[in-house]
Amino acid sequence: MAHGPAKGISRWLFTTNHKDIGTMYLWFSFAMFLLGGVFALVIRAELFEPGLQIVEPAFFNQMTTMHGLVMVFGAVMPAFVGLANWLIPMMIGAPDMALPRMNNWSFWILPFAFAMLASTLLMEGGAPNFGWTFYAPLSTTYAPPSVTFFIFAVHIMGASSIMGAINIIATILNMRAPGMTLMKMPLFVWTWLITAYLLIAVMPVLAGVVTMMLMDIHFNTSFFDAAGGGDPVLFQHVFWFFGHPEVYIMILPAFGVVSQIIPTFARKPLFGYASMVYATSSIAFLSFIVWAHHMFTVGMPVAGELFFMYATMLIAVPTGVKVFNWITTMFRGSMTFETPMLFSVAFVILFTIGGFSGLMLAIAPADFQYHDTYFVVAHFHYVLVPGAIFSITAAVYYWLPKWCGNMYNETMGKTHFWMAFIGLNLTFFPMHFVGLAGMPRRIPDYALQFADFNMIASMGAFLFGAAQILFLFNVIATIRGGKKATDEVWENPEGLEWTVPSPAPYHTFSVPPEVK
Amino acid sequence: MSSEGSYYVPAQSKLPIFASLGLFLTVFGAANWLNGNDTGPTILFCGGLLFAFVLWQWFSAVITENLQGMNSDQLKRSYVWGMGWFIFSEVMFFAAFFGALFYIRNFAIPWLGGEGDKGIANEFLWQGFEATWPLMTTPDMAVNGDAAKVLGPEQSMSFGTVDSIWSWLPFWNTMVLMTSSVTVHMAHSALKNANRKGFNIWLGITVALGFIFLVLQVEEYMEAYLHMGLTLESGAYGTTFFMLTGFHGAHVTLGTFMLLVMFLRSVIKGHFKHEDCFGFEAASWYWHFVDVVWVGLFIFVYVLG
Ligand code: HEM
Ligand SMILES: [Cu+2]
Repeated sequence: MAHGPAKGISRWLFTTNHKDIGTMYLWFSFAMFLLGGVFALVIRAELFEPGLQIVEPAFFNQMTTMHGLVMVFGAVMPAFVGLANWLIPMMIGAPDMALPRMNNWSFWILPFAFAMLASTLLMEGGAPNFGWTFYAPLSTTYAPPSVTFFIFAVHIMGASSIMGAINIIATILNMRAPGMTLMKMPLFVWTWLITAYLLIAVMPVLAGVVTMMLMDIHFNTSFFDAAGGGDPVLFQHVFWFFGHPEVYIMILPAFGVVSQIIPTFARKPLFGYASMVYATSSIAFLSFIVWAHHMFTVGMPVAGELFFMYATMLIAVPTGVKVFNWITTMFRGSMTFETPMLFSVAFVILFTIGGFSGLMLAIAPADFQYHDTYFVVAHFHYVLVPGAIFSITAAVYYWLPKWCGNMYNETMGKTHFWMAFIGLNLTFFPMHFVGLAGMPRRIPDYALQFADFNMIASMGAFLFGAAQILFLFNVIATIRGGKKATDEVWENPEGLEWTVPSPAPYHTFSVPPEVK
Repeated sequence: MSSEGSYYVPAQSKLPIFASLGLFLTVFGAANWLNGNDTGPTILFCGGLLFAFVLWQWFSAVITENLQGMNSDQLKRSYVWGMGWFIFSEVMFFAAFFGALFYIRNFAIPWLGGEGDKGIANEFLWQGFEATWPLMTTPDMAVNGDAAKVLGPEQSMSFGTVDSIWSWLPFWNTMVLMTSSVTVHMAHSALKNANRKGFNIWLGITVALGFIFLVLQVEEYMEAYLHMGLTLESGAYGTTFFMLTGFHGAHVTLGTFMLLVMFLRSVIKGHFKHEDCFGFEAASWYWHFVDVVWVGLFIFVYVLG
């Protein structure tokens, strides 16, 4: 018995279909992207010129904190889970995710978690104001009461991530069509498999660290309190043991996405498939032994500084392998630059800039200068915005015709790209300069000599924000109509998802396809 | 529920959304309670009840589907993977707390006591504090000249002397848990040999042992709180001791409950066949995991404590 989607709202509330759930994840993520974006624009508006003009410093702190939390946990992570939901079953020839009901549970936890997190803005004492890294004792002894709600929100979104990851592992290891051996899997599937392992390994550690905070706050334990024999630095170790793998959780699936897109528009197979798999695994492994590069200035023993410095630099090797492979794939290809390809090429170039600033930061003695300045902000925005966000955008343009059966408007897509590209570089490139010159991060005011660059950054940010409205408009227009897409959509794209009709039927592969 | 081709594709389900609602209300109530809002306990209670009810429905649905033969081998493998990686995530949760213990003992406390470059804080902030473990006099107490609130090192939970081992609770706790790991294995073997009676007996013994462990643990906590003055609030030792053993105890409680449910399913409903007993196996893996964590606790918290 083949059943189509149910009618009305119940389709979304009670669904067990990977495509429905993927769609909900993606829309949820986009909503969070806009919310986090509004917070960012409040920050940039305040920093448009020196002095305090728009918001109170206390509120400014809440904005930096909520911006980081909402973007990391609400926008980037759910977007990749949404893509995984839509694509992994189609790419490996499975009818759905391995555990469809748990799949819907993973999703529906998120709106509740983020409603709770966002509601802290209205609470007495305000929202969390201690930065997205919530260092103790700012987040314990000196925290607003809303921290308790923050802690529980993190707990349940962690549960959601863990269940999502388990589902993805079970799907990939257990549901592949006959003939789909591991080394035939599309790279997006590979990178997600490895990401899922990272998630299962570190989300519980995040749960652990917020639990320790909860105990210190409400039950007078001494994890992070030197007076009782604990240590605030312990917080940083546990947090970054989660935190560094977390940044790779946000970038590995992005590697997967561009590894799918570049071959299509270069019209050449991906260069070095196997080395891509090994590089991804090495990055994942190394990501567990570099966490203290976020803590060079906290006063670690010298042996620790050296170990974490060299281990961090090692990551540049597998990362370099990947960049090399993408470029070699494009080399002498017959390239065309449709919107997804534009975003992917920009990804390769700009992500590499972020990698380079990462290498600079990895040099411990130099980091004493750079730490907690805008240089760090520039670094991680270069890896996250043209990295994670661009890859998600590229993925949406690339697979949207498969999802809804219509072609998006190419002119609008390209306009979106150029606005976003120019906007983000205007925003984040000057941050390198003000950072190197010593402008501290997370401060609502700054010295006069930083004024020009900050004004440029703020204008860039509003341009980038406007670009996203165009994106939203383009996506909605595509869903509602437009030129019909063919089943292949692009010219000879690689992968099982292009063998099914566009739009992809509600249930694909009720009989496993044969993979040669 | 319908099967598409040879695959498992369940129909719509109301379970996930209500599970999310229940989970949300539970934590929302807990947060309100901790922040001193009067409505907290009520919300927590209602949320917890809803959550428990949904989980009950959910597990019943899965069991019913399995009994009706709707679960393919593939789906069963997915359940196995799911449980396996869930346990791994639990391992990582404990790893965070073991890591905290390691850091506090080997770095934080020696530094506070004046060791190495970072020991300078001792001179400026924590004069008179000495690094010891178990930590009985915290830096704060040392500075204020308060006597240790706990009754002294010989009163910690750690291993004392060899002849006192028989009166040392953790020793008995270890015995009880180790035995229970064996008995749950015996139950499994009995089931594999289609020996229902043996299965019920061994499983019943395992549940009883789990229960005994919990009683002993409560006994130990009462001792600590009422006689020794060792509490969550008595500094890093009390913190790590209670958090590690406490989370372990919570997991034992859950594990015992899971095994109890399996026991009742077998005794009352005659569930589980020798080739189809995933529910029981999952519970028994969980039990072994809880056991392994205990071994870690025994070594790092009690013996080397
Ligand atoms: C070659 C690869 C990379 C290296 C060597 C590297 C190195 C570093 C270092 C040393 C810091 C700490 C700077 C400081 O606080 O003083 C840092 C911060 C950061 N990195 Fe990277 N990084 C790399 C790639 C990435 C990637 C791929 C991402 C995410 C997609 C990322 C996200 C971040 C974030 C979010 C922070 C700042 C966290 C905070 O303090 O708020 N990095 N990176
Ligand atoms: Cu890092």
